[in-house]
This record gives sequence, structure tokens and C-alpha cells, in this order.
Amino acid sequence: MTQPLVPVLTANWGQERSWKLDSYVAQGGYRALRLALGRSAAEVMAEVKDAQLRGRGGAGFPTGLKWSFVPQDNPNPKYLVVNGDESEPGTCKDVPLLMASPHTLVEGVIISAYAIGAHTAFIYVRGEVLHPIRRVRQAVEEAYAAGYLGRDVLGSGFDLDIIVHAGAGAYICGEETALLNSLEGRRGQPRLRPPFPAVAGLYASPTVINNVESIASVPAIIARGKDWFTSMGTEKSKGFTIYSLSGHVAHPGQYEAPLGLTMARLLELAGGVRAGHQLKFFTPGGSSTPILTAEHLDTRLDYEGLAEVGTMLGTKAMQIFDETTSVVRTTLRWVEFYKHESCGKCTPCREGTWWLVQLLHKLEAGQGQDGDVDKLLSVCDDITGKTFCTLAEGAVACVTSAVRHFRSEFEVGYTTPAWEHLPYDASALFPVESEGGRA
Amino acid sequence: MSGPQPDPVPSPADRSAGPADARSDADLLTSDQTLADLRQLIERYPEPRSALLPMLHLVQSVEGRVSSQGVELCAQLLGLTAAQVAGVATFYTMYKRRPAGRHHIGVCTTALCAVMGGDAVLAAVQRRLGVEPEQTTADGLFSLERVECNAACDFAPVMMVNWEFMDNMTPAKAEALLDDLAAGREVQSSRGATITSWREAERVLAGFPDGRADQGPSAGPASLSGVELSLKSGWTADAFPPPDQPTAGGESR
Repeated sequence: MTQPLVPVLTANWGQERSWKLDSYVAQGGYRALRLALGRSAAEVMAEVKDAQLRGRGGAGFPTGLKWSFVPQDNPNPKYLVVNGDESEPGTCKDVPLLMASPHTLVEGVIISAYAIGAHTAFIYVRGEVLHPIRRVRQAVEEAYAAGYLGRDVLGSGFDLDIIVHAGAGAYICGEETALLNSLEGRRGQPRLRPPFPAVAGLYASPTVINNVESIASVPAIIARGKDWFTSMGTEKSKGFTIYSLSGHVAHPGQYEAPLGLTMARLLELAGGVRAGHQLKFFTPGGSSTPILTAEHLDTRLDYEGLAEVGTMLGTKAMQIFDETTSVVRTTLRWVEFYKHESCGKCTPCREGTWWLVQLLHKLEAGQGQDGDVDKLLSVCDDITGKTFCTLAEGAVACVTSAVRHFRSEFEVGYTTPAWEHLPYDASALFPVESEGGRA
Repeated sequence: MSGPQPDPVPSPADRSAGPADARSDADLLTSDQTLADLRQLIERYPEPRSALLPMLHLVQSVEGRVSSQGVELCAQLLGLTAAQVAGVATFYTMYKRRPAGRHHIGVCTTALCAVMGGDAVLAAVQRRLGVEPEQTTADGLFSLERVECNAACDFAPVMMVNWEFMDNMTPAKAEALLDDLAAGREVQSSRGATITSWREAERVLAGFPDGRADQGPSAGPASLSGVELSLKSGWTADAFPPPDQPTAGGESR
């Protein structure tokens, strides 16, 4: 039997001072950079393309293909932008990587920038994570001092500068065109496409935007080769990835594995649902991906397996909830998140998420009226497909999937508060002073 | 929710926090040092306006919030209108228009943290501080925010102090933590550095390192769940050789 986990990006996370350059180099770090610089940019791009690496930030678009869209004859400078605005509820893989092994990312940035011909790269990290930002900035400084950055990287003739940029609190900046606006010093609101960033991105110049984990995967692909990478995973979902498990699970955390293991296997590796409880529902890829239930435990956790059951791999963030959890409460909190984070540009999203919150508040408080569940779905229908970006689709997905699996629980909200139907204190990890079940 | 909050009047004891009263903050904003720092940020980017987010972080590290004077200053340095800068400053939740406390407390109450006990942690913090979210205590020591998902779900429920992680929180731990901070005792983030102040954190976010990157662990326990299991089980990346190489330990797939 093949091994279920494969530590690659996470391999050095537990090591002494893993974030320092000397520690990283002692583990073989920056070896891939030397290999890459000894090859042509086109060869490096081809290696990543042939490895079939797909974007790990949610959409799953082939990374090498995205790179190949950059017009090499465009006279403007080309830019590489790393999306480290990790904010999707449930998603918590990039932040530990930035903290434990920032050099993995920095090495990936240098190789990727070389492949696309960029001489300036940005690492955009959400602002609310101070320590990972300290570590990334220090790693960049160390890389400059060691000659991995700046003019004439390792004597190759290739020049590269990296600018580490802290965001200021906006989930929407994880959307790539909103991120570009933010990086230009504007409100983080999505842009209409086309033009796509590969043609007119940052400062209207050709720009590649990739997730932290995608770029961090590049050094391993270069060091060990595309055949090694494609020996892992499934037919269309190659390689390894970091799965993040949280919630009512015995051992929450980061599990790096070849793509395509089942949810049952992953949950087993994490020690199962917390003792004495059963799985009620889970998100496969963050709150924006439709929830699944215990009947989906045998689903393959890859791009295709999850699409087959009407959801998405997303950011591979499994939030696990047991039978004590009120799905009305979680849905409300998720929709409150989307309402708070809506950038306000598109009316269906700005107003629609507001209406969803009103309805869900009433259902949670047991003050819903007959027909409110249909009204929820009707509001979802007024939002979906009518906005610039996918933020609103996330809000709609968590409502429609929750109603699909647990409609009767929402209808309880016509008569009974959610905290009486499923007392909230039972879900907490510690004893809670309860006020009528409302923890 | 809550009405307009009064501007906190810092006591002399809070001066150790750094610049404390409004007058000295205003003077500091236009000091040579601040102007030099702001200009340095502008020079780091290919286009000046890209420096606006870091500049606003720096402004609030100096004056404890982003005032209209701070907005004007950024606008002037970047050749923008005050309205353009204000439009940005009010868009992002980390920029505070009213003075934040010496310590800015965030409690996550997005779905997962809320369910795991985050609501109870927030309630305990509110009781202990006597303020609602988006308010600052009268002594200027603490401000409170209900934060949305902070990318630490495997450490739920999560609380933030000056944007440093305080993992696996309980109401009792949160209260003890606030007591320690109020008493000026040294407090260490679960996965980060010793707690300083919100203003100092904002200066780091703006792009001026404080030399604390080497503090704290490489990772929290949950971050290592998978890698430790792999280590124990002998699972490595070498188990997947390219097809043309002999396998080290049996079949590769």
C-alpha cells in the first residue's frame, strides 16, 4: 500500500530555526535555484507545465499554463505577485509555511520570476499576521545578503528584487485583480476581465499572480523533476498538497499528501472526529465550497472527485463539525463574513449578503416565518452569476448547500431558536456558562 | 450597536507606551523622522501610490489612528487628493479612525472559531474590559475587535493581540492574558514574539523590522500534525521516485 502522506513543503517545519537561511540551505535549500539558473527560462517553464501543477489557492488553474500566457514581446516590465492574503474561512496552510519556511517561498519566487522573465516580484501577505510577515521579510533580507536576490543572481546575469507588502484587512484582496488594485494603493475591488492580468495586470503590465503554496511547490518540482511530481496524485490532479483540518477533529492541523486520498482516510489520519461524537458536515475547501456530509466520506479529495459531488477542492480546508453543531448558526456566521468582506462594488453581493444575514438571524432566533427558507434560496438566486468576482458565489454556496442537506433544521427556525434546538455549549471545546443554551 | 465612543484620555502612566497624547502625536506625524520614513516607503515601489497601504500603517503607528491630518499628509506626499486617500483608508478594516488601545485585541467569531468556543471567549473579553467590539477602554489600554477568520483554524478558538497569535483560547486563558497585559507583565504569543504594542506592530507591518523575527517557535503543534505522523511512520518524499529510477522501499504507487 502506498503511503498516505508525503512531507515536502512541510518537511522542515518542525526543525530547529527552520526559518533561517542556514537551516534551509543545510536541508538542500536553494539547490533547485542553481539547477533552474543553469537551464533556460523556457525549460523551467516547461518543467512546471509538464508537472501539471495546478493553482493551490482555490481555482486550480494550471500554473505553468498561466505563466505561458505572459506575452514575452510586451515592452512593459513583467511582474510576479504572490498571493499570501490567506483569509478564506478554514484556510490556514500558507501562514504556517510563511512562518516556518519562508525560504521555500523565496526560492520558489526566484525560480518562477526567472521562468516568466520578471525582475520585480511582490509577496502580498494579509496584514493581520505579524510574525509570519517578520519571518518573510527577514528571509528576503537573508536572500539578498547571500546573493540569491538583487543584481546578477548567483552570477547568472538574472536580476530580481522582491518587495514584501502587508495588506490591511480585506478578504477580497485574495481575489487576484482586487489584490492588484490593493497593491497599487487603491481600494481592493475586483477588475473586469478581460484584460487578464497576464496581459495587463499590475501597472497595466504583464503579471502572474500565484498562491503561496503554488509558488512554494516549484523548487521541489525543479529539484526532483516533473516525473517525480506526476508520480503522485490522480489522473488530472497531480502532485502533493497541504490539506488543512480544523474543528471537531481529534488532531487538527496540516496534512501534506498526494492529491486524491479520500476524506475517510484523511479523517482517520487525523484521529477521527472528536471522541464520542459523529461527523455532521464538513467543508472540503473552505467556506466558499458547498458543504458535504458523512455520506461523502469516500469522495476523493482532488479537483475532479469533489466536482463530481457538486463541490470544489478550493483551498483544501476541511472544517469539520460534529452532530452538536447548529448548521443554521454556522451558515449565519459564514454569511456574516461575506457581508462584512463584500467590497461593495456589485449591488447583488453588497445588498444580497445583507438580506441573507437578516433572514438567517431570524431563523437562528426562532423568529422565522413560513416560507423564509424559500426566500433564502430566492435571494441566492438573485445573487449568483450577477457579480464581478466569486465572493458572492461563496456566500451563495454555503447557504444553498446547507439548505440542501439540512432543510428541516432551517425550518425549525420558524418556531424554535437554534440554540434551543442544538444547545451551543455542547459544541465548544470547553465547558461554557450557558444562557439558555446560547453559549 | 454602540454609539460614538469618547476619545480615551491616556493617563501619564501610559506614556511608556510611546507617544500618547494627541498633541505630541500630531507633532510626531510631521516630524523629520516620520517624513523620512514615509519617503523611504515611497522609494521602495516602482510606482509611488503602491506605498499607500504601508504609509497608512506607518501613520497609525505614529498617531495611534489614521486622522484626517494623516490622510492629508499621505495625499500630499503622493500627489493624490485627500478624498482618494480617505477612500482607501476607510476601505480596509485594519486602519483605525478612532484611537486604538495600547493593545489591540481581536477575537475570531467566524463560524468555526465561534462554534469551538470563540463566542464565549469574546463574551469573557467584553466582560473583563467593559467594552463592546470596536471600542477602546477609557484608560486607552485596550481596544477590541471581532475579527473575521485569521487563518489559524487548526488552533481554534483564536485570539489576536496586536496581530500576534494567541492560540487555543479559553475564557479563563483570555482573562489571565488581559490581566498580564494590564499589569505590564511580559506576554509571549503562542506562535510569535513577546507582545510589545499595537503601534510597534503597525510599524513592523509598514515595513520597518523590529528585530524580533527569530523569537518564537518555527511552528505551532497543530501545524506539525501531519509531518510528525509522517516522521513516526517513515513516510518521506523519496517513496515517490520517477518511473525510471529503482524504488527505495517497494512499489511507488
